[in-house]
Amino acid sequence: MSPTESAPRLHGSRCDSCGNVAFPVADGCQRCGQQVMQPIELSEHGTVWGFTVQRFAPKSPPYVPPADGFVPFAVGYVELSEGVKVEAVLECADFAELEGHAPVRLTATVPVPRFEVVA
Amino acid sequence: MTGVSIVGAGLSAFGRQPGVSGREMAVQAIRTALADAGLEWSDVQIAFGGSDGSGLADTLVAELGLTGIPFTNVKNGCATGGSALVSAVNAIRSGSAEIALAVGFDKHGRGAFAPLPEEWGLPAGYGEAGLMVTTQFFGIKIARYMREYGITAQTLAKVAEKAYANGTLNPNAWRRTPMSAEEIASADMVNDPLTRYMFCSPGEGGAAIIVASEAVATRLGGRPVSLLSAVTRTRGFGTFEVFAPAIQGIGAPTSVSTTAAAAAFDAAGVRPDEIDVLQLQDTESGAEIMHMAECGFCEHGEQEQLLEKGATLIDGSMPVNTDGGCIANGEPIGASGLRQVHEIVTQLRGEAGDRQVPGSPHLGFTHVYGAPGISACTVLAV
Ligand SMILES: [Zn+2]
Repeated sequence: MSPTESAPRLHGSRCDSCGNVAFPVADGCQRCGQQVMQPIELSEHGTVWGFTVQRFAPKSPPYVPPADGFVPFAVGYVELSEGVKVEAVLECADFAELEGHAPVRLTATVPVPRFEVVA
Repeated sequence: MTGVSIVGAGLSAFGRQPGVSGREMAVQAIRTALADAGLEWSDVQIAFGGSDGSGLADTLVAELGLTGIPFTNVKNGCATGGSALVSAVNAIRSGSAEIALAVGFDKHGRGAFAPLPEEWGLPAGYGEAGLMVTTQFFGIKIARYMREYGITAQTLAKVAEKAYANGTLNPNAWRRTPMSAEEIASADMVNDPLTRYMFCSPGEGGAAIIVASEAVATRLGGRPVSLLSAVTRTRGFGTFEVFAPAIQGIGAPTSVSTTAAAAAFDAAGVRPDEIDVLQLQDTESGAEIMHMAECGFCEHGEQEQLLEKGATLIDGSMPVNTDGGCIANGEPIGASGLRQVHEIVTQLRGEAGDRQVPGSPHLGFTHVYGAPGISACTVLAV
């Protein structure tokens, strides 16, 4: 497989009537209430719209900590060119890198979207 | 204008009450409200109420007396009290009753709420990845707001400091120990920029409000407070809510609090700058700051200067959460909205004791906000 084919992509929907973009895939449009939505692939690149740091281990279950134990992680919303802001885990070497609408790139879609800071 | 008056208001104790059920707190609040109004349970002609997780309100008739009245259960998250109140008001306005009750109560266990992804229509992955944590939403929203509008961490701490200070003046509050802004700011970080002392905790309590037609209010004498408006709203397109896998729409999110507050002011024929004392949902410090602007009490970003001047203190120009709010009283979901109305009624009657807003306030406002994007607001007057 080429790198393009193996790259993860997020799937959303675009409303036929008003053009609103939804994530995840939706049957109906939240903006106009119409029910004709086309499946689309969302941008792999975006900017950090907002974020916080999860400082303590969330309750388990449902949380599944990494094999080597919990470490604080960043979570926030990534603004894509389609306008929609997608909730994601944000990978970075230092949380300060996420400030100032930092550019990020999609690295995984499961179990939740994951983006990393573009150097 | 609704033409409806609040004739009685009552609370149970708030905070941990081992051995006391949520339903018992509701009964206590209702009996206190009835005594406040000079009424008997048999005078109430219709009732609405609920809890988020502590039982059905209509079962309270077993303790109150089997008078046969219609009693409708409400389950509307943080807007449970507000929705019950709107229904009670509408019953009076429609002429189907002259005296109506709204009640809300809850008794939550210790620790954070533990929501499951499936209950929110989300894939199980959101739980596995550690994103089913309510506090993350508040952290993300206020962190962005602070960057955008120049609100400092010191100002966040000041909101909680005020809540605990007001709690010390409120004999019914759960948290009655003062805490300095320094102590609040340097406590463990939960979700940046919010520390553990900036959040309210799930709590316990009951609150009841009795409304009546103006004719009945006049006949009863007492100390009625006019309910100029009571409004609930669900979110419009493009809001930012807890556990949202995405924020749809282009540009800045909208707010259901803005819609509900504007509708409440419009229906009351009152402007935000005319309000003398107000209650704003303070799930955490940042929420109170953002709700000041979302509800129309200031421009976005103006809060930094306003809090510097002490505007939201009891003796300030716009006293906010004079009873200590959710931070000092805890958050029994079903009860909080009516606890707010109780506090404004108490302030407008001039009966708030050590925490009384000076200068005989005559217009008050209440606001709740909660998941999944609901808000309830009232405007009250004497
Ligand atoms: Zn549409």
